[in-house]
Amino acid sequence: MTDVQIATKMPSSSEAMDNAIVVTGLKTAFGDHVVHDGLDLEVRRGEILGVVGGSGTGKSVLLKTIIGLNHPQAGAISINGRDQASLTTSEERASRREWGVLFQDGALFSSLTVAQNVQVPLGEHYHLPTDLMDDLARSKITMAGLPLDAACKFPSDLSGGMRKRASLARALALDPHVLFLDEPTAGLDPIGAAAFDALVKDLSKSLGLTVFLVTHDLDTLYRVCDRVAVLGDKRILINAPLSEVVHFDHPWVQEYFGGPRARAAGIE
Amino acid sequence: MVDAAIIDEFVTFEKVDTQTRVTLKGNWIIDNAILIDTVTKEIFSRLGGSCETGRALAQTDMMRLDCSGLQKLDTTGAVLVRRFAAHMGEDCEATLMGVPEQNKALLDVITCCPVPAPTEPERPPWYLGPLIETGESVFLAVRSLGRLLSFLGLVLVRLFGSVSEPGRVRLVPVIHQMEVTGLRAMGIVGLISFLIGAVMVNQGAIQLAKFGADIFVIDMLGISHLRELGILLTAIIVAGRSGSAFTAQIGSMVLREEVDAMKTLGMNPIDVLVLPRLIALLICLPLLGFYADIVGVAGGIMMAWIQLDISPANFVVYFRDVITVEHYWVGILKAPFFAAVIATCGCYQGLRVEGSADALGMRTTKSVVQSIFLVIAFDALFAIFFTSIGM
Ligand SMILES: Nc1ncnc2c1ncn2[C@@H]1O[C@H](COP(=O)(O)OP(=O)(O)OP(=O)(O)O)[C@@H](O)[C@H]1O
Ligand SMILES: [Mg+2]
Repeated sequence: MTDVQIATKMPSSSEAMDNAIVVTGLKTAFGDHVVHDGLDLEVRRGEILGVVGGSGTGKSVLLKTIIGLNHPQAGAISINGRDQASLTTSEERASRREWGVLFQDGALFSSLTVAQNVQVPLGEHYHLPTDLMDDLARSKITMAGLPLDAACKFPSDLSGGMRKRASLARALALDPHVLFLDEPTAGLDPIGAAAFDALVKDLSKSLGLTVFLVTHDLDTLYRVCDRVAVLGDKRILINAPLSEVVHFDHPWVQEYFGGPRARAAGIE
Repeated sequence: MVDAAIIDEFVTFEKVDTQTRVTLKGNWIIDNAILIDTVTKEIFSRLGGSCETGRALAQTDMMRLDCSGLQKLDTTGAVLVRRFAAHMGEDCEATLMGVPEQNKALLDVITCCPVPAPTEPERPPWYLGPLIETGESVFLAVRSLGRLLSFLGLVLVRLFGSVSEPGRVRLVPVIHQMEVTGLRAMGIVGLISFLIGAVMVNQGAIQLAKFGADIFVIDMLGISHLRELGILLTAIIVAGRSGSAFTAQIGSMVLREEVDAMKTLGMNPIDVLVLPRLIALLICLPLLGFYADIVGVAGGIMMAWIQLDISPANFVVYFRDVITVEHYWVGILKAPFFAAVIATCGCYQGLRVEGSADALGMRTTKSVVQSIFLVIAFDALFAIFFTSIGM
């Protein structure tokens, strides 16, 4: 039933169908501090897009604007072919169910245990039996790489990396179609970060997930991202596969990918 | 009861020799999770029952779980597949086969983690319950009072220590706190004192008129407002207004590890956070009390003029004759003590916040309740004290 409803709202042109997220002419500003100006971005369905850029260039702000937490001064954002500004409340609720978001600093509910945190979206959108909810929560917690005994701990009793994993488990709770990750591997040990990369890749392959991944981690870019978008000068400088981005002629990009860390990650 | 057609949509059974092949098919995704869960429970509750599928399952000791029919599978679906397998595993062996290539990774990643049965905590006999609770809460109350006292000691040590080392107390935060806790409180303190003063005269005059003694309403207002009500009301308002703010500010700093950062930077949280608030209140509460006295009496003057036709000038002359300055001193002397109580409770509860946003709310409530209680308790002690020394 819902499939039919969604299908009728999708634009007919096949090109637009291929894009999960389309941002056009975006302008965001805080007071007179302009963060983005005339930013265009397309994320294709089923791809993992890595977003890079210097600190403070507005990656987190872009993510928050796309998911509707920030209101842009100008520009349009459409997700799965639906213009976000024109949604009704119930459509908005339905479309939010299809996203998972991992915030830069976790944003777990501090008064709930990790398992309860994972169950919040489940309980909000589905009325599942308790034993299944418990089982799902625990499965997602182990899937995110946390030991089971973390399930009944409170966020304040976890390490920084564990909190990150717990919020990934919550982001994955509803089996979203689009996943927004803000620096998921920052603060993880290299083994954990590699496992995280592998998990995201596996999930996106088997579920056809579209992933919007903000990261500073060159290994992640190299291993999992299908395309890389570089944010700079208030817009997207280039949005292309890594091999092209590396040769892009822009001082920041050259410095970013030409540094010793990039060489260590195996980017030529 | 689940419709056979619905079961058929997700699972089919097929008997091959002595084995049963169970084929999972359809969309095992989160939107169907409730259905699949009921289907699973239905099938396994029927095991050995009268229905056909149940009997078919019961007669075999080896099962194969064929996943090749799965069209869509997500992580929730994978958990459900694992649960299905775990159900079968109880009395027979189950093997997964024919897993489509794109789902392999998912089924490998997901493991089923059935929740272990929680162990029942030991319960005391019913008649001991209230006793244990009472004992525990008395114990906790005494302990928190003790902690509060030792915190007060710590603060006083830092406060008097700063006399020899005046640079330790920062002037700007003190001024800022004075503005926030003193200046900005003048509106509400004034309003409430004015109304209370007016109401006292209004009600007192009605009662005293029965004895023809309505002029004594001025004595009553003067004594009760200057000695008790003015400062008590001010202290309670400030406790609710600023005491809670102290707890919330300091508590959220604790939650974001700002206080820890402060310690590592060599700053003493008591100097930086507690002393400015304490000093500001020590200065402002007596001033606010004085202001409340004036405004309260003004309220009384207005009401006496309207109701009893006593002109303000007459009121003031009579007031000067009957109210000695001791009454004022008794009230205002209490102010610094109340200020210390409010600042100490507020900051202490703020520093004790840990863990979650819930704890912050609980501590804020506690700080207000505790400081209002202590203010009133101190007020009672002072009343006894001043009476016994004849003031
Ligand atoms: N709520 C806000 N109010 C005012 N300015 C803001 C706000 N949020 C972000 N900014 C500003 O917007 C700019 C972009 O911030 P943003 O958090 O997106 O950076 P970022 O690219 O995510 O950096 P990092 O890599 O360090 O996370 C910064 O200059 C920041 O100061
Ligand atoms: Mg950021």
